Amino acid sequence: MKELISLFTSAIVFGSVILFGATGEILTEKSGNLNLGVPGIMYLGGIAGLVSAFFYEASAAHPVPFVAVLISLLCAFAAAALGGLIFSFLTISLRANQNVTGLTLTIFGSGVANFFGGSLNKLAGGVGQISVSVASSGYRAVTPLSKMGPVGELLFSYGFLAYLAVIVAIAVQLFLNRSRAGLNLRAVGENPGTADAAGIDVTKNKYLATCIGAGISGLGGLYYVMDYTKGTWANDGTIEGLGWLAVALVIFATWRSVNAIWGAYLFGLLFWVYLYIPGLARSTIELFKMLPYLVTIAVLIIVSLRNRKENQPPASLGLAYFREER
Amino acid sequence: MSTNSHEHSEPLFRISKRTGISAPKAWIIRGIALLMALVVSGLVIFAIVKLNPTKVYIAMFEGAFGTPKRSWVTIRDTMMMLCIAIGLAPAFKMRFWNIGAEGQILMGGIATAACMIYGGKAALPTPLLFALMLVTSVAAGAVWGMIPGVFKARWNTNETLFTLMMNYVAIQLTSFCVSKWENPYGSNSVGIINQLTQKGWFPAIFGQPYTLNVIIVMALTVAMFIYLKYSKHGYEIAVVGDSENTARYAGISVRKVYVRTMALSGAICGIAGFLAVSGASHTISTSTAGGRGFTAIIVAWLAKFNTFVMILISFLLIFLEKGAIEIASRYNLNDYASQIITGIILFFILGSEFFINYKVNFRRRHN
Repeated sequence: MKELISLFTSAIVFGSVILFGATGEILTEKSGNLNLGVPGIMYLGGIAGLVSAFFYEASAAHPVPFVAVLISLLCAFAAAALGGLIFSFLTISLRANQNVTGLTLTIFGSGVANFFGGSLNKLAGGVGQISVSVASSGYRAVTPLSKMGPVGELLFSYGFLAYLAVIVAIAVQLFLNRSRAGLNLRAVGENPGTADAAGIDVTKNKYLATCIGAGISGLGGLYYVMDYTKGTWANDGTIEGLGWLAVALVIFATWRSVNAIWGAYLFGLLFWVYLYIPGLARSTIELFKMLPYLVTIAVLIIVSLRNRKENQPPASLGLAYFREER
Repeated sequence: MSTNSHEHSEPLFRISKRTGISAPKAWIIRGIALLMALVVSGLVIFAIVKLNPTKVYIAMFEGAFGTPKRSWVTIRDTMMMLCIAIGLAPAFKMRFWNIGAEGQILMGGIATAACMIYGGKAALPTPLLFALMLVTSVAAGAVWGMIPGVFKARWNTNETLFTLMMNYVAIQLTSFCVSKWENPYGSNSVGIINQLTQKGWFPAIFGQPYTLNVIIVMALTVAMFIYLKYSKHGYEIAVVGDSENTARYAGISVRKVYVRTMALSGAICGIAGFLAVSGASHTISTSTAGGRGFTAIIVAWLAKFNTFVMILISFLLIFLEKGAIEIASRYNLNDYASQIITGIILFFILGSEFFINYKVNFRRRHN
């Protein structure tokens, strides 16, 4: 029982990282922009949060967790949104290919993050690895409810970002399906020409959706750095893998962020399940770690086999819109 | 005065599609973009290490060509990048988003490493061993490329994500093999394979260990150029890439083209894995592909699938990588600086394509 609960809690922690990534990407893709820069954006969010918290903790005599959290949260969102802005400018205004631009953004973001993550302490005159304990403690603060036995542990033992991930996912779903602005955004993603004719500002919608979506994705990187690795940095490329998993989760959830919630936790379960199967050889464990990817492939195939209209990606996904070219 | 209201209604600039652009003019635009990118990267480096940018570029040059050995490593890595880009070219020309080169390289690498390890133990004669390595790595890469190709052809399964996921499956397979073959036990790495016997290592030709890499990749460069430009298959790829419906109307079997081209694309990436293991590192790990499968996509795309232009672009990227690594090691920083610079330069080159395809007309003054 205890083991089962710890499996579920680690699955939820893992899932929250990719849930942010996927929710942001769903918002972006609904505007017709396929941003393959999610890993890079998550990197940018993670490193910006870490660096800003680092400087705050280094400069303040008595750093306050709440302030550290607030600063790093804003910086992470802003840096990730800036990544989205680069992508938007190149693909929307300059009509560069979205896939190639996204991949470049991933290279760039991972370069920036690993460079500063690995050498920030050296640049600031210190030694060893960077660590932000105050901010991290703020992110990992839990309410007394988490002490209420198994149920408390299962439901209340996470930092506030894990709950924020769920709230944002639901909010994005409501926004897209229950608001006029969301309807406009979906129209842009399905058929920008028609949306334009109906008086919807295509460029503005695409820019906003991509930048805000990137900001949300970036929080996944922040959660990973502050909660998952407890305010430290490792140049091991984990965020990149998680970022691609977030892209996969978008498909898995068939572009519905509410589906992404349980999908994310399922991915987390699949990722950690090997820890709870006794007697596995180390080599077999590596095979078990394929599970989330194999499941995604299976979902991809099933979705394409069933070919149902409501499970398809936005019709103009990946295409640039140029009014004069109709 | 009466024209004032007109002036206000006309936007500051408008954009129109160019009907055609002369090749020199296009290259001037790309050159300007590259120059701007170098200036911006220079500023970034200056901001970090406070080093005069021109000195930075001299140091970078030394990093790439400072010694004959460094020059050869630069050439070797250029060939590796070029090989992957050549493999990706037919797929991308067909508008098939093969993001799975990483996985295809790793599969080729695993096959090569397996041949080296087991073939070395069985004391196979060298020619046979090489033939075996080539055939298995080609086959492994081809299968890995064909799987998403078949599903795309049959059920229109999204290939971008399928190939992406196949990368991670291949990475886990590599980890699996590494833990099976680890040497010494418990190190979680394969170590240098056949260090003493050098079985299955590329032989040195003209005294250089990487001559064979250059020969193989150059042959592929020429062959792929001809294949894409002058063969019937190449024509079919171009038609399918332009419009699937046109291809079908012209009697081309689109499904067949998808599967065949992806097998070819994967096979060449498999050869890249063969080069990486047998011709360069003599080991296998999950970082054997090292993100080059992604960077090569950009190489192929920017070169518009012209394999000779790819030589230039791969060389530029590898030069920057080596240079940035040199800067990083001189200042005790880490290698990821090279990714930042690569990213900046690619952003600029990608953006410059706009000014090649479109013309910006500024509002004319009326006085």
